[in-house]
Parts: sequence; structure tokens; C-alpha cells
Amino acid sequence: MSAPAWSLVLIAATLSCSSLAFGADDAPRHVLPASPDGDLVVGLCDGETSVVAKGIKPGDAMTPEQGQRIADALMGEWRRKHPEAAWDKMIQVAEADAVGQAKNAGKDAGPAAVAPFQAQTYGAFDARDEAIWKASTQQLIDEGDRIFHDAKALGGTVAISCDMCHPNASNTHPETYPKYQVQIGRVALLRDMINWCIENPVRGKPFADDDPRLKALEAYIISQRKGVALDYGKH
Amino acid sequence: MTRHHKSIETRHYEERASFFGDLERLSNMSRRGFLEIAGLSAGIAAAKGLVTPVGFQLIDMAQAAESNRPGFSFAYISDAHLYKKELNDRFVRSILKAVDDVNALDPQPDFVLFGGDLAQLGQKEELDLGAQILKSVKAPVKMMVGEHDWFLDMGEHWRGLFGAPQYSFDHKGVHFVTLMSVNEKDFWTAHGMTPAQRMQTVAGLDNGTQSRFEVGPEGREWLKNDLAKLDKATPVVVFSHSPLYKYYKNWNFWTDDADEVQAILSRFDTLTVIHGHTHQMLTNRIGNIHFHGLLSTAWPWPYAPTGLPSLTVQMNRADPFNAFDGCGDGQVSVLMSGMVDKLYNLWNRDPVTIKASYLSSYGFKDRPPAAKLASY
Ligand code: HEC
Repeated sequence: MSAPAWSLVLIAATLSCSSLAFGADDAPRHVLPASPDGDLVVGLCDGETSVVAKGIKPGDAMTPEQGQRIADALMGEWRRKHPEAAWDKMIQVAEADAVGQAKNAGKDAGPAAVAPFQAQTYGAFDARDEAIWKASTQQLIDEGDRIFHDAKALGGTVAISCDMCHPNASNTHPETYPKYQVQIGRVALLRDMINWCIENPVRGKPFADDDPRLKALEAYIISQRKGVALDYGKH
Repeated sequence: MTRHHKSIETRHYEERASFFGDLERLSNMSRRGFLEIAGLSAGIAAAKGLVTPVGFQLIDMAQAAESNRPGFSFAYISDAHLYKKELNDRFVRSILKAVDDVNALDPQPDFVLFGGDLAQLGQKEELDLGAQILKSVKAPVKMMVGEHDWFLDMGEHWRGLFGAPQYSFDHKGVHFVTLMSVNEKDFWTAHGMTPAQRMQTVAGLDNGTQSRFEVGPEGREWLKNDLAKLDKATPVVVFSHSPLYKYYKNWNFWTDDADEVQAILSRFDTLTVIHGHTHQMLTNRIGNIHFHGLLSTAWPWPYAPTGLPSLTVQMNRADPFNAFDGCGDGQVSVLMSGMVDKLYNLWNRDPVTIKASYLSSYGFKDRPPAAKLASY
């Protein structure tokens, strides 16, 4: 099944914003237009829509009512732009269903039709969201795949890359960590063994814990063992 | 280190050689002598009412004893994957260790097979370095080409150093054939690759970009002609870099026209294929064809997730903390029958022999010890 064309366009646009999906500093920012009167401008989560809070200056204290008005204005603007969007369809179904059940209560009418899923705003994801997440996860894995196969990207000095001994990351056994590694003399995490192999066969410098390359390598190695049961401590 | 210090390997080989020497002396007893003794002991046993003498069994045993006698042996070094020595000394030290091993063999092997992948990226400096190192091998060296030697300049420099990649020779009644089995159909033109990119692609196992290995129509034709004059009873040993069967396609542990090649080889009673490329203990039998892999001096490869031949006894997984573990070299003992006992000389481990009888009995006899650390 192929995703509708519009979702592909969106994914491409999303990915081109950030060269690496995992670099928090690279995340796209919502640049807000300035208000001519110097009023407060508030942006919507879509990264595009914004409204001017007339008469309120940045830093002014606001009442809950004022806050609600801004939120309503933002949502109103978003709905106008997306007349076809079904923002809270699930919730409506759930509510209608609850009403139906209340009406039927007392009558011996058997169980009312049940909505296919529990609904709430958190988790109300559509296929487009999932396509985007899948693509960005894949992007991290692909970056790890590239580094795993590239001695230079690993910082290696002897032209050796991981795939030379671990094609498709075979024999890396990420599912067996944490485990005691006798030779290191302590309990190791997957990253400790990755770093060990970077220092030794590859003869590079170990990666820091927050090094994006280490995260990418972990992502790739784990992705290659999808479906294998976790079995920490196994040798 | 004194000159008289003997390494573990040297001592192992000395012990092994004296063991085989004893065997040789025992079996030098003439066949008739053996029959007489055997018949005599059978007669004694019968006289004592212990067993029923069955003459043909004794004769069978006598023939078996004769044909299982070692005829001659050759050694092997394979898959050295040399970079320029300024870039990587680890692989240089490994092949030197293997050269020391084979030079220490006493008696010396009749020749040493180099099983292909002398270079890592087919560069002149890499091949020249390898050629120079192999010059210090005392026994004659028989060269085989690997894909890492070939795909930078399509074998030009390799052929300049070592000659044609496909040839045959006869040695002590055995016909030897070296095949060029790592041809690939052109995948590079369509991708607009430079020779270096082509080489880099072939050098990786787990990319789907390259084509699969093949002997190819010309190679098969050459093979057919080469074998045409031979009687089917002639023992034949074929050297190929890739396994001449289909093990795991994704990693090119594979020869695409293996079925056609096997069809050419299958008419022989005794046929052994010795191949490189897979860097692991690997054993297979298809019909009368017995297959043995070679160890690499550079690094061991994990077993592929599927397709492992059922007769293969896995070697233990390698110790990542020891650069030599899972690597090594070895020997092939060609028996009087033309079948072979294949020795894997694993560094830092006990050597493992895959006996001819193991394969001829389809794994019932002489099974080598199992791996404690099998792959998963
Ligand atoms: C020269 C060969 C070689 C290279 C290159 C190499 N490794 Fe290893 N590595 C090994 C061997 C051998 C093992 C042990 C495998 C086993 O236990 O089966 C191992 C083990 C591992 C393990 C632990 C596996 C386990 O079972 O716990 C991880 C993780 C690992 N390597 C990651 C890497 C990464 C990442 C790289 C590249 C930076 C790399 N290796 C490069 C040979 C190599």
C-alpha cells in the first residue's frame, strides 16, 4: 500500500528541515511574524499558524479566559485552513457512544456498539504521523548503517569498518545487554562493546555517550535484530 | 626471544608430524602382511569360538586401511586482505604468522595454496606486498584469485604478478583445477561507478548493489575441456574462491552457476572442492562432491543466518578481544583414495580435522567436536 501523495510531500519537507533527525539543536523553529503594534504573537504547534493577541503585550499577565480565547483563535484559524481535517473524530465517536449507552441503560438492549479504539487526544495519530515517525526512525538507522560501513566515519585509522566482521550487524547481539564482559572486567552495555570495537579492531577513539554517531550505531544494530527476544546477560 | 624458542604451533606440528610418522610406519606394512596377520588373528578368534570369521570383511578392512593412508599433503593460507602496510599492520602480522606456520611444517607440504583475497582493495601496493610476503614461503605456492584482488583493475595487476587465474596441474595422481569463480555481471556501468567505487562495493558483503559470483559460461567451457580427457576414477581437487554451491545469497557466500558447475564435476567418483571467501569452518557434501572452506588470516566471519550446510560443524564464535582468534591456516592431507582430511589450524585453539570418513559416512563417523559457542 502506498501512502497518499500529500503525505510524501510532507515527509520530504519535514526531513529536509533537519539534516539529522536526532540533533535537538537542528530541530526546525517556528519563526513568528512581528505584530505592528508590538502585541503578543502566539504560534500554533503546526509551525505555520499564528495569531496576534490584541492589546496584550509580551510579558503581560493573562487570565485563563484570555488564554482560552487565544487557543480558540488558533484552532479556528487552523480549522479554516484545513476544512477537511477530522481533528477530534475519535472523541466525537466516543462521546456519541457514551450518550447512546446512557440512553439505553435500563432497557435490556444488550451491549451497545463499541468504538474500535479508546480515544483521547494523546494517541490520536493518523497514518501521516506514523509515516513521518517511521521515516525519521529509518533515517537514524540509515545514518547508523552508513557509519557502521565507513571506517572514516568511525574515526578509524586502519581502514577497518564494522561490516567487515559483522555483515548486517550479525554477531553483535544487542539483545544480550547488559552483560558481564570478562575482558572489560565489568558489566557492559551495548555501547561499551561498540566503543571497545571502535578502539580495537577499528583503532579509533571511543565515542562520548551523547555522540550522535553512537546513537546512530545503536539504532542500526538494534534495528537488525527486530523480533529477537530480549535476553540480557546471555553469552 | 632465543632462536630455539618454539611456538605453540611449532610444538603442535612437531607432535602431529611424529604422530603421522608413526601411522605411516604402521601402514607401511604390506597389504599381504596385513592380511596374513588379520587372517591369523581371525583364525585364532574363530578357534576360540569368539567370532565367525568372515573373510570379505577383513579384506574390506584391509582396503580401507590402505586407501585411508595419507598420500601427500599441501598447506593453505587464505583471505589475507592486505592493505598497504603503512595503513594497517594487523593483517600483515597475521599473514606473516601463517607463513611462519607453513614454513615450520616438517615434513614440508608438497605445495601451499593461497586461497584468494591477498589484497583488500585490489591496489598495486597491496598485491605487491602480498607477493613479496608469499616469496618467503619455502614450498611452491599455488595462487588463486579472490574478488578483492580483481575488481579495481579487473585482474590486470594480479595476472601480471601471478599469471592466469584459471589453470590445472597433476600431482601424484591427483588432478588439480584452480577456477576463477568470482566473476560478476556488470553492475557498475549502470551506477556510473569509478573502478575504486566498483572495488569498494564488491569488497562489502551486505550490500545488494553488486551481482552474484559466477564461473561464467567461458569458465565452465574451459573446465569441461580440461576434465574431458580424465577417467571418472581419477581423483580431482578443485580450488575456487567462492563456495561452489549456494549457501547465502545476500553475502555472496554463493556461486550463481554452482548447479551447472556441479553438473560438470559430478561424474567423478572422488571430487573435492576447496574454497576460500567464507572465513570459517565450513563443510558440505552434494552427491560425490565434498566441499571444505578455508580459514582467513585476517578475520573470521559469522555464520550466515540461513543456508548453513547440515554437515558443517560450526567453529566456536570468535573472541573479539583477541585479534588472532577464529583466524588461522591449515593443511589438506590427500589420502591414497584421493579423498582428503582437512585440517583447520585455528590460532589459539585446538586444531580441528574434518576427516574424509566424516563426509563419506554422511556425518556418522568421526564427527569433529561440536562448538560450545555456536552462532545465534
Ligand atoms: C576484525 C573484526 C571485527 C571488527 C572490525 C569489529 N568487530 Fe565487533 N566483534 C568481533 C568479534 C569476533 C566479536 C565476537 C562475536 C561473538 O561473540 O560471536 C565481536 C563482538 C562485538 C559485539 C558484542 C557481541 C556480543 O555477542 O556481545 C558488538 C556489539 C560489536 N562487536 C560491535 C562492533 C562494532 C560497532 C564495530 C565497528 C565499530 C565492530 N564490532 C567491529 C569482531 C569485529
